[in-house]
Amino acid sequence: MKKRKLILPLLATVALSAAVLAGCSGGAAEETVEGTVTTDGSTSMEKVIGGLGEAFEEENPGVTFTYNPTGSGSGITAVTEGRCDIGLSSRDLKDEELAQGLTETVLAKDGIAIVVNPENKVEDLTVEQIADIFTGKITNWKEVGGDDAEIVLIGREAGSGTRDGFESITGTEEACQYRQELTSTGDVITTVAGNPAAIGYASLASVQDSVKAVTVGGVAPTEETIADGSYAVQRPFILVTKEGEQLSDAAQAFFDYATSEAANEIITSAGVVPAAN
Amino acid sequence: MGNRKQLVEDVVHGIFLILGIITVGFVLLISVYLLIAGVPAIGKIGVIDFLFGTTWAPTGEVPSYGILPFILTSIYGTAGAILLGVPVGFFTSVYLAKIAPTKVKAMVENAVSLLAGIPSVVYGLVGMLVLVPLVRNAFHLPDGASLFAAIIVLAVMVLPSIIKVSLTALEAVPKDYEDASLALGATPVETYFKVSVPAAKSGIAAAVVLGVGRAIGEAMAVIMVSGNVANMPGLFESVRFLTTAVCSEMSYAVDGSLHQQALFSVALVLFLFVMLINAALNFFLKREKK
Repeated sequence: MKKRKLILPLLATVALSAAVLAGCSGGAAEETVEGTVTTDGSTSMEKVIGGLGEAFEEENPGVTFTYNPTGSGSGITAVTEGRCDIGLSSRDLKDEELAQGLTETVLAKDGIAIVVNPENKVEDLTVEQIADIFTGKITNWKEVGGDDAEIVLIGREAGSGTRDGFESITGTEEACQYRQELTSTGDVITTVAGNPAAIGYASLASVQDSVKAVTVGGVAPTEETIADGSYAVQRPFILVTKEGEQLSDAAQAFFDYATSEAANEIITSAGVVPAAN
Repeated sequence: MGNRKQLVEDVVHGIFLILGIITVGFVLLISVYLLIAGVPAIGKIGVIDFLFGTTWAPTGEVPSYGILPFILTSIYGTAGAILLGVPVGFFTSVYLAKIAPTKVKAMVENAVSLLAGIPSVVYGLVGMLVLVPLVRNAFHLPDGASLFAAIIVLAVMVLPSIIKVSLTALEAVPKDYEDASLALGATPVETYFKVSVPAAKSGIAAAVVLGVGRAIGEAMAVIMVSGNVANMPGLFESVRFLTTAVCSEMSYAVDGSLHQQALFSVALVLFLFVMLINAALNFFLKREKK
């Protein structure tokens, strides 16, 4: 064989190997883990956890990652009872829950968007107006600058982290006069999108073009305004684990990954503000 | 050999007996479990406060556990569904059994079977996306999710059961009865309603019981169209049924808390309702037979 014909493939192989080795050393040189990671809880955290879970599964092909969207309250119960590895909550843990031996780790900060139908003329509401609307003191859109139509209040079920966050920030606990109590963030968005007089609240990460998020006190919900706290209606996304109990290798690896800076890009692309800044 | 055959017979009888006992065992298991799980909360809350209290607020500062709104909503919802579903179903089955040409009958029967097979969730989805806005626009309400929307969905859901069972009952009426009636000079329609239907009465009653059972036990379809707020029922109000009450709160009620026990009591009340309805209808049927 002529030497010229061998040199090109040889050079190509050397070049490729160099590239591969260079890529390897740049990335994580840890061993992959195997096993299952089960998460359970907040429906608002779907995008974030979905993105993190997928990325984690790609890096660790031996891992099966599951997410059960049942609501914050249900997720906290699940991790307490040992039915899942990591519980997901979109509100701070209450004192009784911390007393039961649970630990909270803040993964990200999420804004709760106050959503209205895109046909609604109202663009801005103050926190007081929002509280008055949801407690029934303001009943018609024309009182806040919209059309003459009765306001339809769409909320979440009593165990929802989104509802808890919304009601504690607006000071309307146990006073909200909901027309509908739906069981997931997605349902709220679908319902508000389908009714021109509806108003509801949903995780900012889940807001789509089918609804419009109003500005609260002039502040629009964006990453910057959530990070610096100027958007008032926000709550933490929390990973809930049992105090003193060791997570399985796979679950611990996921936990470390999610709270590390490597996960920030995924968290940001899901529309929330990472806590590990 | 005779003895071997007898042995085989006995063994097979024994197997059937065991399977029958297993079935009865499941029913007993569920009943006993519900009783054990549901009675303590009723005791702690008080029967009157529980069954006739009008406020359901288990997670409030001062928890209250009155389930009258749920009981009334379930009763009205089922009654409404039966009121709409039974006439339509009944007349459809008479039409199918007696009057329809064979091809039409086959087509309608296929449609009914398809309707029977549609999962509850799909009913709920179609209800949420189509029926609720329709109700809102037709009645000029602020929001369409209401008892009315739930009644419509339930009526459509009980139709297949009512039609199918009534159809079977009507077709089982001996042709001699009808021939005799026609021979005596009655018109076909008179025959159907004065001879065939009374002869098929117990089957039709069974169909209604089936319908009631399905309507009162439906949760998934109804939770998406009824608004799910624990109000006292009004036709165009957002309401919560016994079924959806358990369904929306069971997953996060703290294990062992009064809240969770109260939800079991709600399930027990639902169970007792179904048994009551079955017993009442059986009683009426037996009386008629005299």
